[in-house]
Amino acid sequence: MLTPNPDSFSSPMTPNAPTRNATRIVGTPQIRKEGVEKVLGRAKYIDDLEREGMWYGATVRSTIPRGRIQSIHYGPGINWSEFVIVTAADVPGKNHIQMISADQPCLAAETVNHCDEPIILLAHPDKRRLPEAVAAVRIDYEILPAVLSIEESETQKQIIWGPNTADGNIFKQFHLEKGNVDEVWASAAHIVEDEYRTGAQEHLYIENNGVIAEYSEESGITVWGSLQCPYYVHKSLMAVFDLPAEKVRVIQTETGGAFGGKEDYPSVIASHAGLLARKAGRPIKMVYDRMEDLAATTKRHPSRTRHRTAVDKDGKLLAMEIDIATDGGAYATLSSTVLSRATLHSTGPYVCPNIRITSRAWATNTVPYGAFRGFGAPQSIFAIERHMEQIALEVGIDSAEIRRRNFLHEGDSTATEQIIREPLILDQLLDRVLKESDYIAKRAKFARNNPHSAIKHGMGLAAFYHGAGFTGSGERYLNSLAGIDVPPNGKVRVLVANTEFGQGTGTILSQVAAEALSIGYDDIEMAPCDTGIVPNSGPTVASRTSMVVGRLIERSAHQLIAMLQANAGLSEIYSRNEFFAACDRLRDQAGKVESLCRYEAPPNVYWDDQKYRGEAYPTFAWAVYVAEVAVDTTTYSAEVTNFYTVQEVGRVLNPTLAAGQIEGGVAQGIGYALYEKVLLKNGHMFNNQMTNYIMPTAADVPPIHVSFEEIPFAYGAFGAKGIGELPHDGPAPAILNAIQDATGENFVFIPLLPEDIFERANAHTTEPETVSV
Amino acid sequence: MSTIWPRIQFVVNGQPSAVEVPPMKRLLDVLREDLGLTGAKEGCGEGECGSCSVRMNGELVNSCLVPVLQASGASIETVEGLAIDAELHPLQKAFLECGGAQCGICTPGMLMAATHLLARNPHPSIVEIREGLAGNLCRCTGFIKIFESVIAAASMGGTNAR
Repeated sequence: MLTPNPDSFSSPMTPNAPTRNATRIVGTPQIRKEGVEKVLGRAKYIDDLEREGMWYGATVRSTIPRGRIQSIHYGPGINWSEFVIVTAADVPGKNHIQMISADQPCLAAETVNHCDEPIILLAHPDKRRLPEAVAAVRIDYEILPAVLSIEESETQKQIIWGPNTADGNIFKQFHLEKGNVDEVWASAAHIVEDEYRTGAQEHLYIENNGVIAEYSEESGITVWGSLQCPYYVHKSLMAVFDLPAEKVRVIQTETGGAFGGKEDYPSVIASHAGLLARKAGRPIKMVYDRMEDLAATTKRHPSRTRHRTAVDKDGKLLAMEIDIATDGGAYATLSSTVLSRATLHSTGPYVCPNIRITSRAWATNTVPYGAFRGFGAPQSIFAIERHMEQIALEVGIDSAEIRRRNFLHEGDSTATEQIIREPLILDQLLDRVLKESDYIAKRAKFARNNPHSAIKHGMGLAAFYHGAGFTGSGERYLNSLAGIDVPPNGKVRVLVANTEFGQGTGTILSQVAAEALSIGYDDIEMAPCDTGIVPNSGPTVASRTSMVVGRLIERSAHQLIAMLQANAGLSEIYSRNEFFAACDRLRDQAGKVESLCRYEAPPNVYWDDQKYRGEAYPTFAWAVYVAEVAVDTTTYSAEVTNFYTVQEVGRVLNPTLAAGQIEGGVAQGIGYALYEKVLLKNGHMFNNQMTNYIMPTAADVPPIHVSFEEIPFAYGAFGAKGIGELPHDGPAPAILNAIQDATGENFVFIPLLPEDIFERANAHTTEPETVSV
Repeated sequence: MSTIWPRIQFVVNGQPSAVEVPPMKRLLDVLREDLGLTGAKEGCGEGECGSCSVRMNGELVNSCLVPVLQASGASIETVEGLAIDAELHPLQKAFLECGGAQCGICTPGMLMAATHLLARNPHPSIVEIREGLAGNLCRCTGFIKIFESVIAAASMGGTNAR
């Protein structure tokens, strides 16, 4: 073992928790790497940057949900010779955005399949001249019948995507069977059925999508932008511009929030800016304003989930039949993988011997839905955790007890027959959150007081897991490469394509490198996130960065130390200065000091993509949340008054950042449940302003209590699992369960707005002014 | 084609400045485009998100809603004026240490709102902090660490707003 000289490193803050497993830097609240630039207001986001000779780009979009383009008119009053105009005919390579399928055009050529679909691009040196020019382009269409809901798509009267067969309109479907569901119904003590719905949700990152593109015949295309996945954009640009890998360069700039909203969309806007740059022969900046960003970019998939569950007299689950339908919008984008995660999270953290799950992602003529924190899991967890509440009521046992009787434990098997091989402490998480929220006493008090109060209080639970990393064989296909190098400037650089967009990638990976190398946190820096410099360590999605990429950095660090000890005379015990001196010697011999590692799957992991059976995820993060609510029966508003979270996410690498992830995810989950409603007309979002798409403000968020239990995961960096998405999964069902506790009303959909509560209250009486909900 | 625009003078972070721009140009654009002060951000362009918050004559304003003409003769404070030389303002230090900044895009506006709050009320209660920051949206933090940052800055004596 290496024993570092304690004087050889500098740590800006003293750990305030007892040091676990003798780590110095991992597990401590290190200051965010890029934090000083951010608080000084000096961090440069895409709209803060310019290039010499740069023009601005804008997009002409479809105003109808489905039709054939017949003619395009460039209207009077505009000097069109001042503009560069790009249409589908200007695409040098393939006119599609390369995601899982290649079905989404970069620019619509003959047909349009959703409102706000891009058709024409304009560029001009003065960005203030662009809006009037966009408005002056008139497009005539032959209008075709549009499909605007899951139900319309299911009828298959209009096939808008795929073959004209029973598979028409279906982006993807899954069917899972475990045991024999059909044998159970006849003998079950209880059968509980219901249908649950979730709405679209907008990411509402405060920085809109934006890029700058430059193009030349010699060096190809370079794009700077606000994005999550540089190599996704890289791959897409290669196809659109028909260029080899070395002639495409993607550089992430400081990114002002993403949450999945900058996973696939940047490939679209980057292609557009690139096409304008190629035709204009000058750099092009395209930055959406809020209305365009809200109308044209991806959102969370709306969903409908039906549950039919057989339960014995003691509340044990006997059989679960689950049918999931999601609205994917007009093109496939990431709908198949979102559906996969929805499917694999739909049973909740429970044991059940007989399970049947059918799930489908449907095409509609709406703006394509895409990735959003949780990626399908919040939808199906909303359904199962609301459903568990109805089962508890039907059987007549307590909400906490029904969950406890059905929890998964070590050795149990999931819907995909994945055996849980690690310690699983759901009972402990439940006990702790009940204690911390004072659940039992408060519930009793609310039950006493509610009949005499216009404000009804309630408590609600949700128990859930989130699979960390890519699903099934995903990480093996990704085959990520990451590592570190030591340039002559006396710093170690972390080489990853994983991006910082607020969640703390740069900080966490620097902590991991510093810990594993036994040097200081300040000795580490992040290499620029530039595909010309960093290897493809996979996308920054799926709660994989700390666990999977962190592990690659940890391994690369150990590999580097072994190299230095074997070839550059580094001793077993070394100081910081001795480490860098050894790096200098190795550089003299080898020309560079670099250590890269490629992903290796944990042992004994088996996954069958056809049957959807096996280890769906390398590991899971687990949580039990409690929401405390107040429902005002005068105004019909529901407010979250307290929120308690207890979770097991493996080793916590940075307690400040980890708590920040949980608090931020819970706030988004509160918005998902009670505030955020995407209003569509002909598939166009018409409340596309912050004025009328409402997210929780500083005045709305309750105190959010965050507790961690730590069970280190053997194959994650220093024991880490995934954390980022988990906190968005549980709040919505916990909140609606609490509203049911407060009011007795079973609401089965989100967002749940005051008008919905009003409507339900009104349905119970003809005198609304005297109603108690 | 070059229009002659009136000369508009004001003071930014203690420095006298003058611009010749259309009088209805947004103060936000003048700061960002004409003066190179890109700390204030545009998040919504309609006064909802507060990312463009600056102080004007001691009042907190959304600079996306202020025509520069209205700033004529005013004293403007932006995030770039918070740190004195290399020394972070107590609020900046607190945001850094408490995790009040994640993606950082709302941070300049949030810092100006917090500066404004502490200038009027050096030791705000949690309710006053919630109200004081309710015009500034943050999508990352859930606001909890921002509240903690403001409380920490207040205890450090975070009122050295000029």
